[in-house]
Amino acid sequence: MGDIGHGDRVKVARDKKEFFGVLMPSVTDFVVLKLDSGYNVGFAPEGITMTLVEKAAPLAEKRLPRPVRPELPRLSIISTGGTIASKIDYRTGAVTSQFDADDIIDAIPGLAEIANIEGTLLYNILSENMRPESWSELAQCVYNEVRAGANGVLVTHGTDTLGYSAAALSFMLQVPVPVVLVGSQRSADRPSSDNVVNAICAGVAATSDLAGVFVVMHEDASDETCLVHQGTRTKKMHTSRRDAFRSVNASPIARVSYQERSMQFLGDHTGRGGCELSVRPHIEPRCALVKFFPGASPAIVDFYVTHGYKGLVIEGTGLGHVASDWVPHIRKAADVMPVVMTSQCVYGRVCDRVYDTGRDLLSAGAIEGDDMLSETALVKLMWVLGQTSDRFEIARLFKTDVAGEIHADATRTRSTFEELL
Amino acid sequence: MKEHDYKKVGLKAGLEIHQQLNTTSKLFCSSPTELRDTKDASYEFYRYLRPSKSEMGEIDRAAIEEGIGTRRFKYKAYESTCLVENDDEPPLEMNLEALKIALQIALLLQMQPFEQAHTMRKLVIDGSNTSGFQRTALLAAGGYISLSSGSVRIDTLSIEEEAAQIVNKDIYSLDRLGIPLVEIGTAPGVTTPKMARELALALGTILRACKVKRGIGTIRQDINISIAGGARVEIKGVQALDLIENLVRLEVTRQLNLLKIRDELQERGAGIGKPVEVSSIFAQTASNVLKKKHVWGLLLHRFAGIVGKEIQPDRRLGSEFADHAKKRGVAGIFHTDELPRYGITSRETEALLRFLKAEESDAVVILADENVKTCVEAIYAIMDRAKAATEGVPEETRRALSNGCSEYMRPLPGAARMYPETDVSPIAVPTELINRIKAHLPERLDDRMRRYRREFLLNEELARQIAWSENNQLFEQVMRLSGGLNGSHGRDEVKDSATFAVRTLEGTIAELKRDNVPVDRLTHETTLDVFRLVNSKTISKEGVPEILRCLAECPTKTANDAAAELGFVMLSERELQAIVDDVVQSRLEFVKARGAAAVGPLMGVVMKQVRGKADGKLVNEVLRVKIASVLR
Repeated sequence: MGDIGHGDRVKVARDKKEFFGVLMPSVTDFVVLKLDSGYNVGFAPEGITMTLVEKAAPLAEKRLPRPVRPELPRLSIISTGGTIASKIDYRTGAVTSQFDADDIIDAIPGLAEIANIEGTLLYNILSENMRPESWSELAQCVYNEVRAGANGVLVTHGTDTLGYSAAALSFMLQVPVPVVLVGSQRSADRPSSDNVVNAICAGVAATSDLAGVFVVMHEDASDETCLVHQGTRTKKMHTSRRDAFRSVNASPIARVSYQERSMQFLGDHTGRGGCELSVRPHIEPRCALVKFFPGASPAIVDFYVTHGYKGLVIEGTGLGHVASDWVPHIRKAADVMPVVMTSQCVYGRVCDRVYDTGRDLLSAGAIEGDDMLSETALVKLMWVLGQTSDRFEIARLFKTDVAGEIHADATRTRSTFEELL
Repeated sequence: MKEHDYKKVGLKAGLEIHQQLNTTSKLFCSSPTELRDTKDASYEFYRYLRPSKSEMGEIDRAAIEEGIGTRRFKYKAYESTCLVENDDEPPLEMNLEALKIALQIALLLQMQPFEQAHTMRKLVIDGSNTSGFQRTALLAAGGYISLSSGSVRIDTLSIEEEAAQIVNKDIYSLDRLGIPLVEIGTAPGVTTPKMARELALALGTILRACKVKRGIGTIRQDINISIAGGARVEIKGVQALDLIENLVRLEVTRQLNLLKIRDELQERGAGIGKPVEVSSIFAQTASNVLKKKHVWGLLLHRFAGIVGKEIQPDRRLGSEFADHAKKRGVAGIFHTDELPRYGITSRETEALLRFLKAEESDAVVILADENVKTCVEAIYAIMDRAKAATEGVPEETRRALSNGCSEYMRPLPGAARMYPETDVSPIAVPTELINRIKAHLPERLDDRMRRYRREFLLNEELARQIAWSENNQLFEQVMRLSGGLNGSHGRDEVKDSATFAVRTLEGTIAELKRDNVPVDRLTHETTLDVFRLVNSKTISKEGVPEILRCLAECPTKTANDAAAELGFVMLSERELQAIVDDVVQSRLEFVKARGAAAVGPLMGVVMKQVRGKADGKLVNEVLRVKIASVLR
């Protein structure tokens, strides 16, 4: 069996019966054959004899040259992995590392009608393997693309941690064009994948009159419309549905119609070209997000203090509470690092002035996370700590709305980095 | 109809049978396998589907033809369906109840299961699957089934998901999606139409011995047919057994006629022109079918008389062209073999022929649509089909029509439509499992029939009827109530009660159903209670239909209540005596005049009063004794 490899055409004989097919990779001990009917079946290896019929022929792919259409905007696509345009080589089980504009257009042909596409493969990882350092590299990569003249940037991303990356880019980048993160909940290898509708709608948003960082995903179960969410306000709220992403404590920015390829604004937004391009990618990754639960030991807080953490977000109950026995420990922690209170209610604003525990927390030095998502608060804390080490400046910057993450009042204006720092 | 010499034409046919399994839940989720009324849909959503490449990097030709991402499908969902049917949640592992039933069927067909089953995605992008594929796993190969006309090999048995039910064009209902079914593929060992029918019947008999769904739409047959020099054609959606013979016969006719057409076209040196827009000729037309539309034409050299040639009853070569055009969205086509007609004048026809420089021996096909793209796609599809006519019979998938003919559906799917379902792990099917299933295989229906004849002394007709019926388990329960032949009853009694049980379960209940009585509400336990009352002679057999009706209409009642309410509780012999006395005394003259022959007419009078409350045999006996005593 030594000279037989995956992809080779073989003959398997079992109990005087013969089966012809292509030898496939197997994750178990069974020998897996793709029969001429297309079905895969597994044989127990001890009961069969296998002989080579024909070595595998290399996969040939036809590609036609793509003309540049000068009337269309220039859209840069940065891939970080995830399922939106991935290609799996079933013969080896590996996700292909080749990724260029042609791969994307192969997967989503309609994009070529919207813009001239350029593709960059930054990562090929599952989004749960993203790290804070990856956000910095991604921000730098987006910055480079925009500086090189991209009229919009599309970041394809696994959906699991897409919200974190969107928040990170929102803080790190000040961009005069739309930067749109997009993913797919149902894998691209199925005819029903949401990848095409999401990517086309993201393409429409990324070439529209917008500036900033956004997430574009399905609005509901239908392939009809997508919503454009503020990058700092988005949370994945369902494990598998296409409409998993929701704007929390804010209304979506716009709705994109897939069929019409058109976008309708739903609220306030910044138009294209409204600011200078800049990037502040520095970050302090030694921060943690801790969830309080009834009976949780306050030693959890001590752990982060003794292990050299620089910031802590505690997702408390209700308006932003923890048990009273946590307060002295938080007081000790707040002496050496910022401690932020957010709420596991997901929706609503933290307010620690209503109940005694809240007031105790404030006097212990905890910072209210306002109406920020816990994940956004964590990312913001990392970013703030990457910008300054002055504890008053940290507190001030954290409480300032940088990228739409805090809704202070109806007349708020967006601050520039220069004003903030 | 003239019968073909099937040996001479080289008929080869095989069947593909799809049978729904009667499991509690669906193949890859926990939703029930019940069908719903579309009125009860709780919400709807819309989707597009696009063909995806197989793991070998190819796109299936049949999938491409179904349209690339342009058709918008609407789905109706219910509270009895879940996110898996919506393709909004990954599938669960395969339903093992379904796997067990499928393996039983495989073993009954003498097949050999594979040691590891792999769930595949079979690309289906006509909208009938929300995911764009049907999950399917090949379980076994290499079986056979014996028929009176020889044995036929059974090549494959797969377990797969049922598709969503089409409600209307591009609208689907999700209740049916995901019900487990087995697909059984036979080798092309069928050589006559009669054998095809026999094969379908024999397979159906084996399937029904297992836990499968019954009723319209729960079993579907596809037939693969080819003749020497012809091509493999798959005819889908045969729901009635009686249609099979006719379909095979008429497909042979079609292929023979297409071969004749090919020969003639080749002899004539026929050729195909290029599609041309001919709208200008019909700018002023009065024909409603062409008015204000784009009109495109195709010149077919030396095709005169051929497009209108009949290849199946009431279907011409032109009908095949029209099938392909309709697939692209145009309403229909017209050809010069049938023009002038449909409001198209002879002047317009001549202008058309002149415009295309058609000669006497040529034919022209035209079609019209508001959308120019639709026109172009349709006319090119006809061009391809016309070219195929010069080459013989095209391989394709066709749809069965109710008269035994068929129409074009799509190209034959290839192996490129299959790729692995990565969300479901492969399932090992160990020998021990196979041996255990083998040890408890369901009784074959012909064995069951023989047993009923033996155990319950039923005649062959009734034994067959109940053995093949869904009610056979209930029947056996009824027979156990009285202990059968092993009980303390005589042979006649056993035979009587078995006959009565079959007539009730198969006849009476069906009649009540025809009467719109909601018999589905009768539980097995209630039905058994009624038989208990009969066995204990609390009620007479005559009362059973009315009692069942009453219980179906009011399921909260007990059998006893219903019998009492309807007055079907048996009379005691003394009460019966009194009634008979009455009747005889008041008709003494008549009795004396007629003598013993008065029993007949008076029987009717008495039965009118005691129907359902006394056994006819007993009434007859009492009446006969009474009349005899009066006459003495």
